[in-house]
Amino acid sequence: MEKILKVADIDRCIGCYSCMLACSRTLRKSFAPSRASLQIHTAGGFQSKFVAEICRGCDNAPCALVCKYGALIVREGGGVKFKEDKCVGCGECVEACIIDVLHFDEDRKKSMPCIQCGSCVRFCPHEVLAMEVKTDE
Amino acid sequence: MNKRSIRIFDINLATQQVEVSHREDLDHYLGGTGLAAKLFSETMDPALDALHPDQPVILANGPLNTIFPVVTKVVAVFRSPLTGEYGESHAGMRLGLAMRGAGVDALILRGKADKPTYLVIGPQGVKFKDASALWGLGCGETGTILRRIAPGRGHRSCIRIGPSGEKAVAFAGVNVDTYRHFGRLGMGAVFGSKNLKAAVIYGDRDESIQNMKAYRPTYEKIYQKVVNTDLMEKYHDLGTSINVIPLNELKALPTRNLQQSSFEAAEAISGETFAEKTLLRQVACSGCPIGCIHLGLFREEFGKSHEYKFQSLSYDHELIFALGSYLGMSTTQKIYQLIDEVEQLGLDAITAGVALGWVIEALDTGIIRKEEVLTPVAFDDPEGCKKVLGNMVQQPNDFYRTLAKGTEAAAEVYGGMEFAMTMGKHEMAGYHTGHANLVGMAVGSRHSHLDNAGYSVDQKHRDQDPKTLVEALVQEEKQRNVLTSLCICLFARSIYDTETVLEALNSVGIERSAADLEALGEEIYALKNDLRHQLGFDLDNLRFADRFFETPSLSGQLSRKVLDEMLEYYQSITK
Ligand code: SF4
Ligand code: SF4
Ligand code: SF4
Repeated sequence: MEKILKVADIDRCIGCYSCMLACSRTLRKSFAPSRASLQIHTAGGFQSKFVAEICRGCDNAPCALVCKYGALIVREGGGVKFKEDKCVGCGECVEACIIDVLHFDEDRKKSMPCIQCGSCVRFCPHEVLAMEVKTDE
Repeated sequence: MNKRSIRIFDINLATQQVEVSHREDLDHYLGGTGLAAKLFSETMDPALDALHPDQPVILANGPLNTIFPVVTKVVAVFRSPLTGEYGESHAGMRLGLAMRGAGVDALILRGKADKPTYLVIGPQGVKFKDASALWGLGCGETGTILRRIAPGRGHRSCIRIGPSGEKAVAFAGVNVDTYRHFGRLGMGAVFGSKNLKAAVIYGDRDESIQNMKAYRPTYEKIYQKVVNTDLMEKYHDLGTSINVIPLNELKALPTRNLQQSSFEAAEAISGETFAEKTLLRQVACSGCPIGCIHLGLFREEFGKSHEYKFQSLSYDHELIFALGSYLGMSTTQKIYQLIDEVEQLGLDAITAGVALGWVIEALDTGIIRKEEVLTPVAFDDPEGCKKVLGNMVQQPNDFYRTLAKGTEAAAEVYGGMEFAMTMGKHEMAGYHTGHANLVGMAVGSRHSHLDNAGYSVDQKHRDQDPKTLVEALVQEEKQRNVLTSLCICLFARSIYDTETVLEALNSVGIERSAADLEALGEEIYALKNDLRHQLGFDLDNLRFADRFFETPSLSGQLSRKVLDEMLEYYQSITK
């Protein structure tokens, strides 16, 4: 079974943003962490806890179901596959994401979905993130 | 060679005008220290006081910031109200990331706003906002309010001053994102003199990677090096506070205004004790996988029926020294009480601690009177110390107005120079290691222990002749100029050897050779030396308190003779 990205333990996060840098670098060929498909931030400054906004890899992903262009496709094991060249930049998938973690790149006029590649996990120094098979609990 | 264009916002607080410039001629300086020192040389006026509205504050980012591991600092340069000379200060947290996202390499802040003001700097340019409601508030509250009202949620940076900056205390710092600071040389007072309470910087500008083939493996290699060396252990595990016990054993831990160099309660305030009893977690500057910032729990009972308040405060070796051993504080709880006070007032912790040490001893020896200090205060007495800290900021009488100018300024008026522990008017740091430490701070471009790491030269070159020590100091300072022009955190200096630096630069299209870097280190060294001379530095005016030679150090008893030999040699090679 294909694995999906999980937050294993957010309380171990140090806020280094290595994960976001890895995602932007790998998927968007960008230096900017704002271009990552996952976002780590503080809930209210550094006194507060970190929050991880990641794609939860829905079954029958609502974002993919609304895509009329075949750019977002339901992925086996959860989440989506992305055919970027087919994305016309309508932004409907962004609206459809039920937990508001799918963002739109205003410069490139494309959606920025997580493709469950695990690059971010490889660069987290504190095992905050993990790739796991989705379970049905 | 392709030249980068350095993007600068020259912000005038008096006219509310911003001049945006793109300068290829500054590419040469890389960024950080070199860029900031150069911009400062173009904009400062040696005839004007440090707190004159026309004096600039420069903030400079570097080309590798955030996009390479542990490259996280932003460098600030200004005229120091504490020393009157060249002021330079470094801070990390999220500021480098935010400046990069906002698309600005350097900021020049000058002029005085006609009322309290905070700046919002982002992709939509610069906004001047009324900060009247924030004036007088501590650093914590100011941050909380700005987080609510300023734009750029997520990865913005918020730098602000506390009451000490507003009141022009010569050692007020600028707080960066709660847990880091532009400390030491009084940049907070310079902000205050401009009626500038804070600046919020944000932006999510995209930046595409031009040469993925070169960048990706270079980043990954450096990342692996960082997480697989003992750096993690050294700086993430216990952090710099791991030094408290060894320094204490080596007689290098300044204690009770340096009356001693070891502390009988060192165990109780060691890095180990802080971690076991109070450590909550570690956090990192953006782009740093180490995460050296140790946050501990400060819990205080304020009511009779189990009423507690709590906070997470950052601690490290310098804080444990300055607000701990140096003031004879025997428990972590007492140190936290002082850290909390210093943070809210926005004071530099080291200078505040060293000044307090002088006050306690001066009161003890009768040089100053209780009527002047307005409160009893002693070593191991956090309540008294807190009152003195508050008075340093509020300045209710002549004594405190003088003390607010620094330890040396106070000793000049009241006496007690022999135990006023400063070098070049800058208060000592947390090491009493030997001659190189003293000379290093005295001749360093900004009188900082971080200019040339004399404390480590003392340990590395034990029992060496004076010449070797001086040469090591000068060499170290030149090398550090390159690292800090690239905004590399000095904790990662062992990772970023010349070869690695060149590889990183070249992978993002900045072509340099080892010879270029060496020449740049020399050039910046000369530039800063020239700047400080314009601002009044004079080797002949350096003063070393007797106490440095009375209290045994890591290198044993220090002597004025060796010190003089070192200074003489320094003079001969830098002429
Ligand atoms: S982007 Fe949102 S809707 Fe789509 S799979 Fe992820 S969490 Fe579900
Ligand atoms: S799994 Fe891949 S696409 Fe998803 S957030 Fe991590 S790096 Fe980005
Ligand atoms: S890489 Fe790990 S520790 Fe660093 S910000 Fe991401 S989740 Fe947190």
